[in-house]
Amino acid sequence: MASAQTLDRPARNTIARPPRESHASWPLADRLCHALCWATGIGLCLVTAWIVLYMLVKGISALNLKLFVESPAPSLRERESGGFLDPLIGTFIITAIGMAFAAPAGVGIATWLTEYARPRWLARAVESGIETLAGVPSIVLALFGLLVFARGFFSFLSGSTNGGAVSGKSFLAAGLLMSVLALPLIVGTTREALTQLPSRMREASFALGKTRATTIRRVLLPSIRPGIASGVVLGMGRIIGDTAIIVVVLGASPKLQGAGGAPLLSTLRGSGSTLTSYVYGFSPAGEGNSPQKAYAAAFVLLMIVLALNGVVTRLSRGRSLDTIEQGAKP
Amino acid sequence: MPPPIRRIVVDRHPHMAKPAPAGNGAGVANGGVAIATSLAAPSVAERTARAPAASVRERMHVESLWLAYGENWVVRDVTLPVRQGEVLALIGASGSGKTTLLRSLNRLTEITDSAARAGRITLDGQDIHELEVTELRRRVSMVFQQPNPFPMSIFDNVGYALAERPDGRRRRRRRSAAIEHAVHDALHRAGLHDEVGEDLERSALRLSGGQQQRLCIARALAAEPEVLLLDEPCSALDPISTATIEELIVGLRERVAVVIVTHNLQQAQRVADHVAFMHLGELVEYGPADQVFERPARQRTRDYVSGAFG
Repeated sequence: MASAQTLDRPARNTIARPPRESHASWPLADRLCHALCWATGIGLCLVTAWIVLYMLVKGISALNLKLFVESPAPSLRERESGGFLDPLIGTFIITAIGMAFAAPAGVGIATWLTEYARPRWLARAVESGIETLAGVPSIVLALFGLLVFARGFFSFLSGSTNGGAVSGKSFLAAGLLMSVLALPLIVGTTREALTQLPSRMREASFALGKTRATTIRRVLLPSIRPGIASGVVLGMGRIIGDTAIIVVVLGASPKLQGAGGAPLLSTLRGSGSTLTSYVYGFSPAGEGNSPQKAYAAAFVLLMIVLALNGVVTRLSRGRSLDTIEQGAKP
Repeated sequence: MPPPIRRIVVDRHPHMAKPAPAGNGAGVANGGVAIATSLAAPSVAERTARAPAASVRERMHVESLWLAYGENWVVRDVTLPVRQGEVLALIGASGSGKTTLLRSLNRLTEITDSAARAGRITLDGQDIHELEVTELRRRVSMVFQQPNPFPMSIFDNVGYALAERPDGRRRRRRRSAAIEHAVHDALHRAGLHDEVGEDLERSALRLSGGQQQRLCIARALAAEPEVLLLDEPCSALDPISTATIEELIVGLRERVAVVIVTHNLQQAQRVADHVAFMHLGELVEYGPADQVFERPARQRTRDYVSGAFG
């Protein structure tokens, strides 16, 4: 440090830098591809900016605080159709239920796959099962859920009519399906993080007389906390953004409609909506015919998802800084 | 350069020096050894000045041990004593089975699926394969070639070895005075306490390489092991850190039996009381350090310590 202050830097015009490579010398095909790369990159930025700005302008002009505190009302006139308090709450409920199942299950599966994976055939089966789940379209999952949860055995999940028919539509049912949707993401990021841990960390723990279970609980999982967190946040984004499962398995009622019984349980077993189904229902595509409110809700939805993306980026950046630091030490 | 594949004529009986009478440990052959060392670490380099350990007694015994990975026998019929009060150095070229032998002493070889074994290893007369593996590893602790601190605070790194007792009592967060004391004691013994001071909440990853390795030694010492295994502990470190750790190793032998694997012959000369020379899985020569280095009984040993191969 001290020497940097006493020494004079060379004058700017005496510093030699390698000359920039000239594209003119490239073959025509290379120059075309190069230009194409630029064009697609800039195009992508433009499209993103367009979407965000469009929603921003449309959304902000329609946005007001009252929307956040009023429940939706069944009215064809935009002025009287209320706000989106219920869908907002619905989004939170669905995300919470989905994560309550997906996070522990996902971390558990990932840990078993990387640290135990015996017997081999079972590990392979679990692996391809997860891959299959990751590829299932959510509408297929929704349809499956509707069929399964409408069976009498699952009547505790949703309300039933007096005749005994189970509706199969509830926050619990939709949340469970959502957890299936988020599971592959959490398993993926957790596995990735676990496999990146150096094996000497495990050896160090074994050499101290610790069991595999203790090693996982006390050393491995705490070390990959950022990895797990970014998996959870990715999964949350997936859940918040999904529409198909909501429309099919949660029902079309914009308001929270309890299924009767104890207050909280009634809501969980009941029907309702989330921001995605609200946007769908109130947009020109749906029946609500309140496009302004749909724009406002879509804007809120977009902001939530963008914020989650920001969190993922921060988490993964923090993690990579950590590993660099760790790797830099001899 | 791998050693030339010249099969040594092995008579199945490696040259074993008569064990030094107890209480006289390293003292026997300490007379007038002049060792040219490249490192300036006078306190360890001048073995003449080193007092022999107060008492030497056998803790572990390796009896006709064979170890294989798959079909490949990497340790062949090795018989060795490991004594408390002295440092045993395992030397030999790469691939001679030193590290495998070392890892078998606390059954770390078992992590590898293909590992196979024949023969017997005892700890205080008891077969280590009859002991609970976690208990064995608490009694026979290990430090690795690469410093491998856990990504937690200095305190938690050392406390990790203690925090969970076999009876499953959990003492996380709540730091009993006993743990606090044990952690500080271990850091003192590893010579790290003065450097890290009282700020034990710092991340262990922020320490230098040499400090990290001493932290790993502190971690290994915290559970009060009876045997300490060191697998080339200084190969990733600079000369100054190396000298510090060598000094530390010599100081530790009073309370624990120390086994060190090293490629560095000068290091073996500086720290070891007894040396075992291995070649292609076989124990060629075992004896007091000075004898192995100055008057080796076998031609192969003579070649190796004089730098003819390896």
